[in-house]
Amino acid sequence: MSSKVIHALYNDDDVLMKAVKEVRAAHHHIEEVYTPFPVHGLDKAMGIAPTRMGITSFMFGVLGLGFAVWFLNLIMIQDWPQNIGGKPSFSFAENMPAFVPILFEMTVFFSAHLMVITFYMRSKIWPFRKAENPDPRTTDDHFLMEVAVEGSEKELTSLLKGTGAIEINVKEKH
Amino acid sequence: MGHYEAPIREAIITGDKSYHDISVDVAAPIEGKANKNWWIAFSIALLAFLWGVGAIAYTIGTGIGVWGLNNKINWAWDITNFVWWVGIGHAGTLISAVLLLFRQKWRMGINRSAEAMTIFAVVQAGLFPLIHMGRIWDGFYVLPIPNQLGSLWVNFNSPLLWDVFAISTYLSVSLVFWWTGLLPDFAMIRDRATKPFQKKIYSLLSFGWSGRAKDWQRFEEVSLVLAGLATPLVLSVHTIVSFDFATSVIPGWHSTVYPPYFVAGAVFSGFAMVQTLLLIMRKVSNLEHYITRVHIENMNKVILVTGGIVTVAYLSELFVGWYTGSSYEDFVYLSVGAATGPYWWAFWSLIICNAVIPQFFWIKKIRRNYIWTFIIAIFINIGMWFERFDIIVINLSRGHLPSTWTQFSPTFVDIGIFIGTLGFFFVLFLLYARTFPVIAQAEVKSILKSSGNNYKRARDTGESLPKQTVKIREKVEIIEEVADDKDAQASNLLESLGEFDASTDKADDLKKVKGIGPVMEKTLNQIGIYTFAQVGKMTKKEYDLLDSITGSFPGRAERDDWAGQANKLKS
Repeated sequence: MSSKVIHALYNDDDVLMKAVKEVRAAHHHIEEVYTPFPVHGLDKAMGIAPTRMGITSFMFGVLGLGFAVWFLNLIMIQDWPQNIGGKPSFSFAENMPAFVPILFEMTVFFSAHLMVITFYMRSKIWPFRKAENPDPRTTDDHFLMEVAVEGSEKELTSLLKGTGAIEINVKEKH
Repeated sequence: MGHYEAPIREAIITGDKSYHDISVDVAAPIEGKANKNWWIAFSIALLAFLWGVGAIAYTIGTGIGVWGLNNKINWAWDITNFVWWVGIGHAGTLISAVLLLFRQKWRMGINRSAEAMTIFAVVQAGLFPLIHMGRIWDGFYVLPIPNQLGSLWVNFNSPLLWDVFAISTYLSVSLVFWWTGLLPDFAMIRDRATKPFQKKIYSLLSFGWSGRAKDWQRFEEVSLVLAGLATPLVLSVHTIVSFDFATSVIPGWHSTVYPPYFVAGAVFSGFAMVQTLLLIMRKVSNLEHYITRVHIENMNKVILVTGGIVTVAYLSELFVGWYTGSSYEDFVYLSVGAATGPYWWAFWSLIICNAVIPQFFWIKKIRRNYIWTFIIAIFINIGMWFERFDIIVINLSRGHLPSTWTQFSPTFVDIGIFIGTLGFFFVLFLLYARTFPVIAQAEVKSILKSSGNNYKRARDTGESLPKQTVKIREKVEIIEEVADDKDAQASNLLESLGEFDASTDKADDLKKVKGIGPVMEKTLNQIGIYTFAQVGKMTKKEYDLLDSITGSFPGRAERDDWAGQANKLKS
């Protein structure tokens, strides 16, 4: 199977948005779009499913809260209960108000860090990873749409030209 | 198309910028060389830092006795500095998190530096509790891990331990928030870098950021959720710092108004420090078009509000202290006793710097003036240091037992450590300013069309919107101003490239040359360049000539090797 892709470069986010819609309307498969900044609505226009990072974060928060309850109970109530300033630590429920700051901090700590780690893992960004944007200009002021070539290459090229692409390169995809 | 912004809102990016201009301006301090002033500032900061390192080493080697603490005043400069630095560390997260939730676009010009400032300030703050332990090597006792004392755990009922958790959570979350935002900007620097070493470093720092649509979608969601998490977090940090005092029984400390008042004071001092740093940085790093009067004015408004909250808190403390009729309250840090006692100078410094001077910001002329803002910000920095000094030292100096009343005088070590943290802070900030993208350029680009002055003007006057990549406006000006000069240059250029004769030659599609867009083609045609043969003859000299005529993309033609491409296309 031929695995050619076309890299169409745009120099305006609004032109790109319109182009994405047109290319999709013509039933071509947009493999990827590389942009220098977040273009609002691009994910919807491309038909990308909504991200679940928010849900992930919530679940990590619940995990953090649960962990904090477990370890506060273990440390302050089970393992070494102390009478501190006339306020004995003999029951979790009675001591809970004093634990609120820690419960809160641990919830935030878990949800923030584990969400960011999840984001890095899912988007494959970490130290020593090589960048994969096909053109260095896509972090500056250009927007690159990668479209799979299916059927006539010429037709697709002219379609892309019509959408206002300033540069069109055909590449073998490996 | 979706970029509309009410005309009443002032532009927050000026100077008719295009996307590319933003990249160039943000990368400039990194790609350029440090000037003399930077080296002078850096040397001074480094010296101060080294002095501080010496003072800390002396403290650890000899013991805390080298500080001016005494039996009664057992917290003084150390905790004053700690709270002062933590407070300063509040503005960054407030700007990046709270203002993100409120969709304030002006935060984008300043959030990166404010966050950097936050992180560097919290690092300074963290030093003080550590060295205050005396035996710093036993510092791990504050962590809930089994240690050699058996299974004795830390006391989770203690606000001091809450502080450990709050500040470490705050520091680490601020750090990942900051770094995640930095990734696309590091990627921009990476893709611009020409020196191999620079490229390597920024590839490493950017974690291989590629800017896929899905990455951006996640990036935005993660930023939003982090903002949502960081907002209560930033409020909790200074709330918990205030618990260190508020849960005690010392007159003046034992006060329920502390948490909100500390948070407001922290934001107040944090913004003052942001003003101090950014007013200098916008000049030094040529960022006047990104950190504008609007940014300064908006921050001054926040200062005015939080300063107002702080002032109301002072007044209520004064009133309630008097109204209780308790004789202990007659000498707390906000009382007639303090105003007329041996610490009158500290009391009045606090009132004048924090409650009186910021009121000048009610005057629009002053809050939009860079110099006045800078001066007032310095006063606030000083005033907020005195607030913490007053709370700690004045209150401790006048306790329940008048026979223990005493005063505090700092030793050279106290002063040395404070100066040292100032030095350390500026060392970090100066290094940051030369190696990091100090403006969140990706975010700024995303608001350029709604808040850039050229776009706003175009919408107001109904003229066509500025095109990206080529600065039409600038070129028009060039054409008008130096028309003769340009003509001369153009004929010069044509002389070496050969004239185009429409009757014998056929024009080529110059757009086939990578780097030449439709607009550049038009420009070339205007000059008289129509064929690959002409472009193919271009050398360094012609490129420079062309650059000086078009005024856009200096060096681009050479980089893309137009001549080489054209020669290939010609055959």
